[in-house]
Amino acid sequence: MTVSVVQFGGSNCDRDAVRALRHLGIDAERRWHEDGLPADPDGIVLPGGFSYGDYLRAGAMAARAPIMAEVREAAEAGVPVLGVCNGAQIGSESGLTPGAFTTNASARFQCEPVHLRVERADTPWTAAYDEGDTIEVPIAHGEGRFEIEADTHEELVDDDRVLFRYCDADGNVTDAANPNGSTDNVAGVLGERETVAVLMPHPERATLPDVATSTDGAGILDAFA
Amino acid sequence: MTEFTATVTVRLKRGVLDPEAETTKRALERLGFELSALRSADRFELDLEAEDAASAEARADEMAERLLANPTIHDYDVAVAER
Repeated sequence: MTVSVVQFGGSNCDRDAVRALRHLGIDAERRWHEDGLPADPDGIVLPGGFSYGDYLRAGAMAARAPIMAEVREAAEAGVPVLGVCNGAQIGSESGLTPGAFTTNASARFQCEPVHLRVERADTPWTAAYDEGDTIEVPIAHGEGRFEIEADTHEELVDDDRVLFRYCDADGNVTDAANPNGSTDNVAGVLGERETVAVLMPHPERATLPDVATSTDGAGILDAFA
Repeated sequence: MTEFTATVTVRLKRGVLDPEAETTKRALERLGFELSALRSADRFELDLEAEDAASAEARADEMAERLLANPTIHDYDVAVAER
């Protein structure tokens, strides 16, 4: 198992993701987007950053880079794909997951620890948790407000594809605990397959005990183990 | 072939929060202006050659669909003029 961490121009969490995965005993390597994916990818991370300077919309350019056709193909074949922060924006822009991530309600870049409620524990990304668990993982984004059309939102909820919601330290999903004005406090969602997930918070920044105040994010990356 | 300029205007759907526009509106109010609402939009001007206005418009429309707008949050319109 070698996880490919796709590096676009402007990615800046690619090294962090590789390091966090290796810390968990999972082999990982950075993959420059122009080099494409390996022949049989074992797992894919779309890392955080500011690919293409967030031109047009965050993630819009990277989502249309040729490697994303390979990522979509791998995702459809069941290869685990995780999009984090800018990777989540790329994932939604490319149609891997529903909805869109746009300007925070505060109109500010927000870099802070947040709490997430684990809404599903029966996915590869959340097998380490129990449903309803509260975990602490940091956010660092200016465009993380989850927007989705009403009917698509209804489908998303009916299909139980909301993976994480912003909550307070006690697990209550409230407006006050919603850092960016996301619809329905959504912080992370599943794609059509449960092996595809995107989230705005950074699990790789909540994995290494030497540098993180919380290691609650490790369970998400453990999906690749 | 004729030269056209296709103007694609991309705006947030009504009802989608626009924090940047809100911030801009507040800044105008701080300058003493009175206004009840402010909406912002992105405008793309595409110079292209096409057989006729209809095919120029169709091409610009596809560009909007595939890249310039995100259908989850945006509406857009296309206007074509001979250049």
